[in-house]
Amino acid sequence: MLIRKSPDIRPSEITSETNYLNRRQFLQSSALAGGSLLAGSAMSAVVPDTPMAELSGVIPGDYSTTETPNSIEDIVTYNNYYEFGTGKDDPYRNSQDFKAHPWTIEVDGHAEITGTFDIEDFVNPHTLEERIYRMRCVEAWSMVIPWVGIPLVDIIKRFKPTSDAKYVRFETLHDRARMPGQRRGSLEWPYREGLTIAEATNPLPMLVVGVYGHSLPNQNGAPLRLIVPWKYGFKGIKGIVKMSFVSRQPVNSWQMAASNEYGFYANVNPTVRHPRWSQARERRIGAGFFAEKQETLMFNGYGEHVAHLYDGLDLRRNF
Amino acid sequence: MDTLTQIRRVWKPLLFITCLIPAILVVTDAFEITGRLGANPIEEIQDRFGYWGLRFIMIALAVTPLRHMTGWNWLIRFRRMLGLFAFFYVLNHFLVWLLLDQRLLMSAILEDIVERPFITIGFTAFLLLIAMASTSTLALRRRLGRRWQQLHNSVYVVGLLGVWHYWWQVKLDIREPLVYAAVLAVLLGHRVWYRYKHRPTPRA
Repeated sequence: MLIRKSPDIRPSEITSETNYLNRRQFLQSSALAGGSLLAGSAMSAVVPDTPMAELSGVIPGDYSTTETPNSIEDIVTYNNYYEFGTGKDDPYRNSQDFKAHPWTIEVDGHAEITGTFDIEDFVNPHTLEERIYRMRCVEAWSMVIPWVGIPLVDIIKRFKPTSDAKYVRFETLHDRARMPGQRRGSLEWPYREGLTIAEATNPLPMLVVGVYGHSLPNQNGAPLRLIVPWKYGFKGIKGIVKMSFVSRQPVNSWQMAASNEYGFYANVNPTVRHPRWSQARERRIGAGFFAEKQETLMFNGYGEHVAHLYDGLDLRRNF
Repeated sequence: MDTLTQIRRVWKPLLFITCLIPAILVVTDAFEITGRLGANPIEEIQDRFGYWGLRFIMIALAVTPLRHMTGWNWLIRFRRMLGLFAFFYVLNHFLVWLLLDQRLLMSAILEDIVERPFITIGFTAFLLLIAMASTSTLALRRRLGRRWQQLHNSVYVVGLLGVWHYWWQVKLDIREPLVYAAVLAVLLGHRVWYRYKHRPTPRA
């Protein structure tokens, strides 16, 4: 059984490794951490305004894997975030001066409550949970990451989507001055992603504000990103500024770039052939030079929670 | 020392060691002496060997245009070594894929070669390089005569396939493959231009 409740020792308690990232910001944020500790309580999430500041009031969530999480070093130096460059370490190198605060999120479309919210107001009514999820990239590598965030379903319920809301659509910040990767054409900006309302209200997807018990580093999508563990990593849109309840299936960025390779669903599926990478197996980052690749699991191993969402759908055509 | 002896005793060994530097750096980076290989070391090593294979193909292809432009005909004495280093780096690129990435899993290897066009192309280029590297001795060159030259003209094809292999492998950002394509276009373009300029003039 791969999916179990959290182990006794949460990775957030392993604090030594977190110091690796960005000592400067870590020191700055330590000074602020005192304040957020006072403000934090179990029922109101507080997101510090610097990366890698310790988060308070984080409870262990369900659905965590017992696999060993990757080191914070792997998680923060090996990223796909084209807004900061297309190389794997570009986001780490090019995002350090990015300011993810102040930050607002616009909610629009078919919902009773819409408007523009400060990140604090957006996450405040919720409790932060830690969930250790597998992350499978379409490039055939994978990691295990202890995210901190809020179940997406809880946030969606708050905005009371109407029956016309068939899909949820997300957008990343589009700001050429702050995101150097947007100054040239690679993807069409802003980055966009979407889920069906059934997928979005499944208990697994999370809106993530932290990793390893600390607020998100910029290169991982600060201050707010999506995690959908049974889908390829590119569905996990970063730096979210907009969430829309829409009636039509949105077109996601990678689908726009190459629809023959990347679809809307993008469920992890070892049986769908891909012209660049075999999706049958994956390399676990951090496993070492001589480690064998491992078999990729259907729905990244989360099938028991999500397979029913696709009853009657041909997943080879709807890849 | 006469020039030929100097080339053999001094310049060739120096060039040899210089050409080996990228490979040495892979080893010293692996042990974190000179740098690091990052979160995905197998991918990093494979990429580095691939880049250097392509670069040495370009460097070897630059010898003739440089000779034409400068008149330094002694450059030709280094060309075989440069070509063999191209083969050395491509071979390593291939071996990392075969041994570390695929771990000799035959089904996955065959699937990759057959189903992923960029690998089919890269593998074809590799086969041509094997043919060239294994016929690179002077004795074989003499024995094969004109056919040797025909075989070794496939370096142009290898250059094209190499850039194509890189281009197709890249997910989206084609700026770097574009640079390699531009360099290759200049190197091959020079030959076309040179032939045109020195075409035999029709006689009356």
